[in-house]
Amino acid sequence: MSKEEKKVNRRDFLYTATYTVGAVGIGAVIWPMIDQMNPDKAQQALATTEVDISQIEPGKSITVLWRGKPVFLKRRTTEEIAEARAVSLDDLPDPQKDEDRVKDGKDEWLVMLGVCTHLGCVPLKDKGDYKGWFCPCHGSHYDISGRIRKGPAPKNMEIPKFEFVDNNTIKIG
Amino acid sequence: MSEQEYIPKSKAGKWLNDRLPILTLGAHLTDYPTPKNLNYWWTFGGILTFCLITQIVTGIVLAMHYVAHADLAFGSVEHIMRNVNYGWLIRYIHSNGASMFFLAVYIHILRSLFYGSYKSPREVIWIIGLMIYLLMMAAAFLGYVLPWGQMSFWGATVITNLFSAIPLVGESITTWLWGAYSVDNPTLNRFFSLHYLIPFLILGLVILHIWALHVPGNNNPVGIDIKKPSKDTVPFHPYITIKDAFALLVFMIIFAGFVFFTPNVLGHSDNYIPANPLVTPAHIVPEWYLLPFYAILRSVPDKLGGVILMFGSIFILFVLPWLDTSKVRSAVFRPIYRQFYWIFVFDVLMLGYMGAMPAEGIYLVLARVGTIYYFLHFLVVLPVVGYLEKTDPVPMSISDPVLTGGAEPSLAKKDNGKI
Repeated sequence: MSKEEKKVNRRDFLYTATYTVGAVGIGAVIWPMIDQMNPDKAQQALATTEVDISQIEPGKSITVLWRGKPVFLKRRTTEEIAEARAVSLDDLPDPQKDEDRVKDGKDEWLVMLGVCTHLGCVPLKDKGDYKGWFCPCHGSHYDISGRIRKGPAPKNMEIPKFEFVDNNTIKIG
Repeated sequence: MSEQEYIPKSKAGKWLNDRLPILTLGAHLTDYPTPKNLNYWWTFGGILTFCLITQIVTGIVLAMHYVAHADLAFGSVEHIMRNVNYGWLIRYIHSNGASMFFLAVYIHILRSLFYGSYKSPREVIWIIGLMIYLLMMAAAFLGYVLPWGQMSFWGATVITNLFSAIPLVGESITTWLWGAYSVDNPTLNRFFSLHYLIPFLILGLVILHIWALHVPGNNNPVGIDIKKPSKDTVPFHPYITIKDAFALLVFMIIFAGFVFFTPNVLGHSDNYIPANPLVTPAHIVPEWYLLPFYAILRSVPDKLGGVILMFGSIFILFVLPWLDTSKVRSAVFRPIYRQFYWIFVFDVLMLGYMGAMPAEGIYLVLARVGTIYYFLHFLVVLPVVGYLEKTDPVPMSISDPVLTGGAEPSLAKKDNGKI
């Protein structure tokens, strides 16, 4: 009896084959059920936004909606740029040079997602301990480069993919 | 009284019962032997069943008039309030009903904690109950999003962003939950679908909860095992049904008080402003019943750490039956645990208050102290007290202390006024 049990017989093969085919089949059905919740084609089609920046004075900023999220476009003054670059990287929870957050030769333009990296609220401009942005939800302070300085947010505000179409137009996405 | 003995009187009843023993089930529920000393803290199971049915019935009606679309949802809720016949009443019952549901479930859970109802052999009842509680929180959160006001939108944003704290896959999970790159129309649509589903999942778990309860039978204020049926028990009907009905009436008076006199006191006025993805309200707070967990989340100065502790504060309850090392169930006979119980209740209430206050200064300090104590209660106090505590003598039966003046003469008095 025990000898027979150990032997791999036709029935064992059938069990294994049935479980395998069943698992693959269930997986094949489950994946579409999960993936249907990801952003659909209509959402993906909204992936770029063009913005006219010719009317923005130095020191001012505008907020535009991209993929349902606010994007801050700030035209910084030379003092603000100098202030952002004077900060030592050792003082930053998420060290990143200001130079790496803007396009070369377009230092005055800071384009970033206006979304707090903690839990997604929209930070308020010209507020907080570092005169940049302050998130009212859970008290994260960002500097003039949008870098996290104090509070629960783990990262600097994100820089989206963007490019200058010409001197007056920025394409986000 | 035993279900095997039940034979329907009518011929038709016998015919049906032979094919589907539903009359046997009815007889079991009617005769179900219940400890005769159950106090009013034991009436909240019935009250919670009422709450669930109320939410399902009013919810089905609201869904006949509500439109789950980002451009139309807010307007359709106002349409319900102004145009639909009795729409204001049905919506206020539904929105206040959620609060009443949580009020009742918290009393139900605190009763279990005081009288040790989570202990062997009732661990599975406790765990199913916690699953119901988790689903209730999910349903409440999803439902709060549906009016698509400012608090709906930003509450949804903050809560879904909790998942972005998960390393590596967090961002993908958040996008998957949204169905977009932010909280948007696809998010609202699926939240409506899930909000409609969850109450029926809860209903299924409630049936399992009661089924699991009917295996060992009810715990009771003295927390001892009793013989069933015996002189320590009474049949569920009419003794418990009438007591439950009276408690339910008192509960409904309070419920109606909220619905008719202060229907918005538990809500937030910002939710009467349509959702605006460009402006976050200055002061975001969840509904009152989630505040203690919100305080724990904010008390940790690290994103992932905060999320872990917040979920941990709920999941630790699942292992409570194994953290509490005491063999005595009821806190009536546990003089040390009884004091820690009230400290714990105070701690949770304090955390709730801190969750409503801004996360700064003394509020933040107290929230941190409260968070640490919350976990100490489960991880240190309960295991240690269980070993060291000298418990009071436990009676042999419910009737004992009353009829013989036996084990603990002051028992009846001691029990008064305790939860």
